[in-house]
Parts: sequence; C-alpha cells; structure tokens
Amino acid sequence: MTLASEAPAQAPGKLTDLFELGLDAPICLTWELTYACNLACVHCLSSSGRRDPRELTTDECKAVIDTLERMQVFYVNIGGGEPTVRPDFWELVDYATAHHVGVKFSTNGVRLDAAAAARLAASDYVDVQISLDGATREVNDAVRGPGSFDTALRAMGHLRDAGFKGFKLSVVMTRQNIPQIDQFKAIADSYDAQLRLTRLRPSGRGADVWNELHPLPAQQKELYEWLVAHGEQVLTGDSFFHLSAFGSALPGLNLCGAGRVVCLVDPVGDVYACPFAIHENFLAGNVRDAGGFESVWRTSPLFIDLRKPDTNSACRSCAFYDSCRGGCMAAKFFTGLPMDGPDPECVQGYGEAALAAASSAAAPRPRVDHSHRTGPSRSGPSRPRTAGEPVAVSIGRRRPPTHDCDESPLAGFVADPAEDSAGL
Amino acid sequence: MTPVTFDLDRAWRVDPRVSMRPEPFGALLYHFGTRRLSFLKNQTVLAVVRSLADHPSARDACLASGVPEAELPAYARALATLASSKMITERTSHDSGV
Repeated sequence: MTLASEAPAQAPGKLTDLFELGLDAPICLTWELTYACNLACVHCLSSSGRRDPRELTTDECKAVIDTLERMQVFYVNIGGGEPTVRPDFWELVDYATAHHVGVKFSTNGVRLDAAAAARLAASDYVDVQISLDGATREVNDAVRGPGSFDTALRAMGHLRDAGFKGFKLSVVMTRQNIPQIDQFKAIADSYDAQLRLTRLRPSGRGADVWNELHPLPAQQKELYEWLVAHGEQVLTGDSFFHLSAFGSALPGLNLCGAGRVVCLVDPVGDVYACPFAIHENFLAGNVRDAGGFESVWRTSPLFIDLRKPDTNSACRSCAFYDSCRGGCMAAKFFTGLPMDGPDPECVQGYGEAALAAASSAAAPRPRVDHSHRTGPSRSGPSRPRTAGEPVAVSIGRRRPPTHDCDESPLAGFVADPAEDSAGL
Repeated sequence: MTPVTFDLDRAWRVDPRVSMRPEPFGALLYHFGTRRLSFLKNQTVLAVVRSLADHPSARDACLASGVPEAELPAYARALATLASSKMITERTSHDSGV
C-alpha cells in the first residue's frame, strides 16, 4: 500500500474498499486454543472433541501474543474446542490483556463459575460469549447435547449476578431455532446480555448436518426482516451479509474478511483464512514456521491471493453483487460449489440452482477431525459421503463432540458511520 | 444519529479505552468499552486526534496540525462523529495528561 495523500479530497473511499485489499495486520483474529471439548455439538465448525497432542504450549501461546501485540492486533476471539478447559486459560487471558491484546472468548459455560464471573466483570478488556442454540432445553440440547442448556444458563446467571452487563449470548441460527428468535432476545434481555446471531456454516461437523439445519428460504427472509427491525441492538459478526441482497444492507461490514482483515489460528498453530475454513485449501502456514504469525499474515501466497480484487466472479453481473459480494467462501466450498459462483444460500435463488447442479460427492471433506471417538458411530473424515446418502445425524439424538467457536472473527465489529459524515 | 455540531473550543481527548493503530491511509481506532471500530481517513486527522489532549481546545489541535481555517468545519464534523461513538470525550479538569 502507498501512503494516502493528506489532502481530504484524495482520501480513500469506504472502509469496505480499504479492507478488501487487506491490512498489514489483522483487526482481530479467531484463536482456537484447544480441540478439547466437553460437548459434542452436531454442527461444530472445528470438529472438536479431543485435545491434539501437538497443541501450542503456554510459552508458544505467549509468543503468539507478543507477536499480536507488536502487530497491534486489537483483540482475539478465543474459542476451541472449549477454551476454558485448558489449564493455562486464565493465564493466557491475563497475558494477552497485559500486552494490550483484548480478549473475547466463547464458551459453553462449563467452567464459568461465580469466581470466574466476578473476575470477568472486573475487566474492560475481556468479553465473553455464551453459546446457546435453542431458546428451550429441547431445541438447544438436540444440537449441543444433554445438559448444555442448563450449563449455559447457569453461567449466564453467574455473569448477571457478578454485574457483568452486556456479555454476549451467541446463537447459531438454524431451521429449528429461527421460530424462537424473540425468545432468545427475551432471554438475553433478562440477563442483561446482548444477543448475537450468527450464520450456520457447513464447516467441520456442520457439513454433516447442514442440509437438516440450515434455514429454509422463507426463514431467511424472516431472519433478515428481524435483523433489519432490530438494527444495532443485535450483533451478527456481520455473518449475514449474504442476506443483504434482500434489500438494504445490514449494519456492519458487508465483506468477507478472510485473509484480509481476519484469520484463524488453530490449536496446533495452523493459520487458516477464516474459522469456517479448516481445510488445507485455506491453510496459509503455521505460527511455528520461521517468521511466525507475522510472516504468514504478510507473505503467504494464499492470503495475498485473497486480497486481490474479485474480478471474475460469476456473481459480478448480478444486480445484488455490491450487497453480498458473492457470499461466504467457506459455505460455497464445503457444499461443493465453485468459489466464483453464488453462495449456497443466495437469497436470489441462484444457490439452490447451483446446488442442484453440483454433485454432493464433490463437496470437500475437512481432514482435520478431533471428534470424540465414543458415542454413536458417525462417518469419519476418511470416508467421503456418497451422493444421495443421508447424513449420519438426526436431530434429537446424542452425538459426539461440539465446540463454541461459531464465531465470526469480526465479532462485535461495528463499522462506524464516519465514512459517511465528514469527507475526511 | 451523528450530531452535526461539535464544540471546537472545548478541550477533548481520546478515550483511554481506545487503541489507535496507524495505517497507510490514516489510522484504525478500536474502543474496548464499546467494542466499536472506526477509522481516520488521513494523516492530518490522525495528527489532530493524537494531539487533542495536548491542546486547550480542539481548534488549537487542528491549527497546530496544519488544518487550514477553511477546512475547520470538515474536521469538526469528523470529530463530531468520533465524539458520538465515544472515541473522543470532553476533557474535564479532573483528567490527567492535560
């Protein structure tokens, strides 16, 4: 990048345009600290369950934080797995905030007792997101496992009692819970929490259940209208930018930030373009490589490529391209759609047509899988699903592992209207 | 929602919970309290914002950073936006660093 002129008249355009070409350092990134998890959510993005013996040590994690501090990364979205089961979890949180790297972490609440809540309430630099995917025990536990609803609400109670206002209640929107959207809002309000709704991705184990869980077309419209009506009261991590093609743009950054302004660091130090893309095609490098994270971010050919302006998308001729920009890269990839075509949930209907034309056997399978080995059998990562074969899951049945990183790395990110105001 | 007026003659400062990161185009700002991101579109406005706490008024900070009189209204609008998102706040006599 070249230095912008100091003359206001030559100031760059919108924030989105600047971000499309990438930044020298991420704004924030998702960092999954462990693949270990006490749950087994059917839609876990990272196929978590068992700890990986190669996971970064405490000292290696601190070295990563040192790098992030040097690069002036504003904050990290810590997830997993269930990050709080790492014995050094609080040590790392304290280390990050002491080094000017803010922390937001996602948890299912299992370790969030009264003492932890009091500690969190005392810090401006740590935010917490409790994951809940049903406003009722029945709907939630069908996806996240027995007991998970009660665990989440108990943790929320501790946060409320500690006076932590505005923590996040984070919900992955599904066919089953979209009818409960007002109930989620009521729960969030009653705990002084802020509701955060995010998009279900066909990533990790989510690929197995996406056909059964992803919102129906009419529900997408319902969700869009609800989001428009509730505006900035509700966070989305900007994950619904594909819905902007229904009409006016939703609040936030309507742009895929993968490799441009965000990325993922996984528990073994692998750096991927985004948390929804744990696949070798989106692997940029490892923080243990010479040069560390900084070098991966700045020089990986994959990230450099992602920062090029999109010039050949089949979607560019669509009237709604400026709204949705072709949608989510990971959603396309894991449903077997071409990267230069529409999102599988394209609200103009192009996604359904593309899915009908694509062979489900062509959908890539994630290779990284740390799912618990116990529990009902499931198709392993080494056995590709064949076309037409039903997915090996049914809602309501106990399934192996889950995790909590269903986080857009732009969690809480709100683009400021400054770009519209001053011409500076 | 952005107020159109901004009092250039009062004392301002960057909120202590705001982190500023210089960028080739200006700077990114992140507020740890509101968890909002904002950005400054050029180096001059960055210089103004950085020096707010060193001057008795925003007007002085602007002039010291080389903002021409004629452009003061545009800078006032930019500062108003930052004030509305709490990135900058009015300084009181109790604040340190004046």
